[in-house]
Amino acid sequence: MMRYLLKRILIAIPVLIGITLLDYLIMSLAGSPLSMMQGPRVSQAAVEARAVELGLQQPFLVQYFTWLSQLLHGNWGYSIKTYRPVWEMITQNLPPTLLLMGVSMVLAFVIAIPVGIYSATHQYSKGDYTAVTLSFLGTSIPSFFLSLILVYVFTVRLGWLPSGGMSTLGTGGGFWDVLLHMIQPTIVLTASLAGSNIRYVRSSVLEILEKDYLRTATAKGIGRRRVIRRHAVRNALLPIITVIGMEIPMLIGGAVVVEQVFSWPGLGLLTMTSIMNRDYPVIMGVSLLAAVIVLLGNLLTDILYAVVDPTIQLK
Amino acid sequence: MQHLLSVENISVAFDGGTGESVPVDDVSFHVDAGETLCIVGESGCGKSVTVLSVMGLLGKGGHVTAGRALFEGRDLLAMTDAELDNVRGNRLTMIFQDALSSLNPVLTIGSQVTESILAHMPVSRAEAEIRAEKLLTRVGLPDAQRVMRKYPHTLSGGMRQRVMIALALCCSPRLLIADEPTTALDVTIQAQIMRLLKELQQEYHMALVLITHDMGLVAEMADRVLVMYAGQVVEEADVHTLFRSPAHPYTRALLQSVPSIHDTQDRRLASIRGTVPELYQSIEGCRFFNRCEMARPECAQQPQTLEPAPGGSSARCWVVTQVPEMILEAAPHAE
Amino acid sequence: MQNDTPQPPLEPDGAQTLLSVRGLIKQYPIRRGWFPRTVATVHAVDGVDFDLHRGETLGLVGESGCGKTTVGRQIVGLETPTAGEILYHGQPLPERLRGGERGDRTRLQMVFQDTFASLNPRKRIGDILGDPLLYHRLATRKTVWPEVHRLLDLVGLPANAAQRYPHEFSGGQRQRVGLARALSLKPDLIVCDEPVSALDVSIQAQILNLIRDLQHELQLTYLFIGHGLAAVHYVSDRIAVMYLGKIVEIAPSSDLFFAPQHPYTQALCDAAPVPDPEERKRDRIVLSGEIPSNLQPPAGCRFHTRCPYATELCKTVEPALIAHVPEDPGHMTACHHAQRWITKKGALQA
Repeated sequence: MMRYLLKRILIAIPVLIGITLLDYLIMSLAGSPLSMMQGPRVSQAAVEARAVELGLQQPFLVQYFTWLSQLLHGNWGYSIKTYRPVWEMITQNLPPTLLLMGVSMVLAFVIAIPVGIYSATHQYSKGDYTAVTLSFLGTSIPSFFLSLILVYVFTVRLGWLPSGGMSTLGTGGGFWDVLLHMIQPTIVLTASLAGSNIRYVRSSVLEILEKDYLRTATAKGIGRRRVIRRHAVRNALLPIITVIGMEIPMLIGGAVVVEQVFSWPGLGLLTMTSIMNRDYPVIMGVSLLAAVIVLLGNLLTDILYAVVDPTIQLK
Repeated sequence: MQHLLSVENISVAFDGGTGESVPVDDVSFHVDAGETLCIVGESGCGKSVTVLSVMGLLGKGGHVTAGRALFEGRDLLAMTDAELDNVRGNRLTMIFQDALSSLNPVLTIGSQVTESILAHMPVSRAEAEIRAEKLLTRVGLPDAQRVMRKYPHTLSGGMRQRVMIALALCCSPRLLIADEPTTALDVTIQAQIMRLLKELQQEYHMALVLITHDMGLVAEMADRVLVMYAGQVVEEADVHTLFRSPAHPYTRALLQSVPSIHDTQDRRLASIRGTVPELYQSIEGCRFFNRCEMARPECAQQPQTLEPAPGGSSARCWVVTQVPEMILEAAPHAE
Repeated sequence: MQNDTPQPPLEPDGAQTLLSVRGLIKQYPIRRGWFPRTVATVHAVDGVDFDLHRGETLGLVGESGCGKTTVGRQIVGLETPTAGEILYHGQPLPERLRGGERGDRTRLQMVFQDTFASLNPRKRIGDILGDPLLYHRLATRKTVWPEVHRLLDLVGLPANAAQRYPHEFSGGQRQRVGLARALSLKPDLIVCDEPVSALDVSIQAQILNLIRDLQHELQLTYLFIGHGLAAVHYVSDRIAVMYLGKIVEIAPSSDLFFAPQHPYTQALCDAAPVPDPEERKRDRIVLSGEIPSNLQPPAGCRFHTRCPYATELCKTVEPALIAHVPEDPGHMTACHHAQRWITKKGALQA
């Protein structure tokens, strides 16, 4: 196991370098931060001076390696726009996203697993059709659309829930306050996540129900409930681990649109604004974080799989 | 004397008619305590579907449309799931062909065996584990304690089949149904498994229903034989009669197409022309008509029933049962 | 029942050795670790010698792990031997299967066990049979269709089969296509790798008869690989029994089952169920234990772990495959104690 871990970590390094290199390339192709600074009152000389200051006139590879070497010293850089350390900006924006996405993902599974199992074991029943229809709706409705509908109903019409932000302006926050603010964005995110998860669980269970060992288990006379619980569900949940692994990267990046609509001060919001500002250091910081999370997520999935499924051996 | 298992006029149908599923038409047979009945036939004849329906294990879309299956006097098909679960795995058990796919890959052997024991016997978990270990030893698995902790995919095919047998035996069943248990195994391993089954039969005074397509295995194991073709029973006989004087043309053709290591060089295997008709449920008369050497026009017109034939068996063929002297003439071919 | 007059067995032309296999070895290394390090080796085939004479059928039987399929695949060129040589008409075969060499290799063809998997499901039968002909310039676009029809007729399939896809046929019919495909390049030798194991009993008879008939009609030579003793016996003139990568006995097929010299052969005969209930009570050997893994074949005689008659000698010294009866050079056995069995005619006794 240790050797496997070591191997994965060693392989991850060139992968990360590749990812960040590509990110830097795309980023610099998309536009320079200087274009955000230009305006009628800014002189060309000032722009050029700024360019030299930021090292932007250097070849792209030199810029990249500068960034990389600084990174290895633990310096994530400073935002071109706000002059704040990138690390600080990230660590400030990360928790709200984690909270929102974390709760949404957990809720999505709490809903999806029982519904998916029920749907599969009662295939073609009314309950099954309802569940499948709802899950289609969940995945198909665009999140901003659903957000706007919710805001219209619950904020504008009923006045029950706040329309945005993480806490009421002026107050310090507090548990219930944040909770109230969380309800609508969470509903939107959960709807879409649960929608696809229900489909995954349902098809996984359906596949397992065809397996021969279920027939053996039934032939042993242990009772249908136990057959489903012990033999079907356990095996059906294994592929769900892969789904979880796929959805982990969403933890940081999946809420971009929702965070915009609800002004939720999370990483998604930070990413959007830094891209619009061409704020290179921040963009790279977020990209790197995303890459690391994805790789970690994959690694975790693989290890979890090997732990839970004895037929799999890590090599 | 009541039969241990008495299957009466069972018919099985499948909705939607998926390709693999075979309807079964008016099948009857019985098994007595301690005896071995072999159900033999080629793929698609309905032998597996018949026994699966008796055990209540038909998959999606399959249901019994007629008949009863009396086990120890009670109709299995009329029982609720709970009542059936009392019988299954307990007094009536089944083992399947592919032991690898028939065992749960993520549970240890030990837990799968103890699960069976705990479901039917009022013992503690510790006691169940002891019994499980004894069972595994009894079926010939060396170092049973280690095997208990292993997973199915780490065992060989023969060992897995022994595990399945242990599962089936855990509550001393009266009847064991074995659906092609050795088809996937090497021939020396098959011999071991068959010998084990025979020993266990003696020890537990257990009846055995063995489903196979191997006529050699039938000759080795059976007391009585049921031959199935296209969803129907075409012949029923005790094993000596079947091999000495087979009645139904299909049985005869089948026996003549089986090679043996004792054959001389000039033997020519007989092959049956044609293939099993596709939608045989809709055939009015004899289902073997298009392939039978003795076919006559009348054969296609009336449904055939199982009647006693000369020699002691029952056959579903009016030519054989009603007019046996015609067999000796060469029959006109009819398509 | 197609019970026409029995065909006389074809006399093998003893002077013409079509194929010679000497010291054939095939090992598969199992590599683990950072820098691929061989941690174990699968000894699939571990020193096999035999000759195949023109016009004869040599059967190769054995259980899982004995290497019979690997031998067949090496002969046809699907695997490269780790060591040893395969001589065709006395010349070594070209190593590469594809690319350039269109000579000798096409004369060795194969029929596979899994009829579903060995036919391209997206191609029509006519293309499956016709494409190799076109590729090897054995037919032109004009002549290919008559040739395909001729092949179909040869194996007993109707001409309209050429328009259909593999899934529209039954297992037996697909196997006929497999045979037709093997025949299309006019081979001298066909390796049949368990061609009937996946078929129903009555269809097996059809295909076995077809295989035999084609041999007489076309003067073919077969290497027939199978694990069903009876089926192999039916088509073979000689049979070689393999165990864990080596041949343990080789003899004319009637002799092999009538007077086996090796305990494993006897056990195989005893284990094979005989379709005759009167034979039930016969004495027999039932082997104990599992087939050993070919990662670590037992020392000495490989069979000693399961042999009821093993002695100290058997555990240490590997027996050579030799003819123990000088008057009968065609019957060779690899057993230290073969002499014991030979003096008792017929079945082995303890």
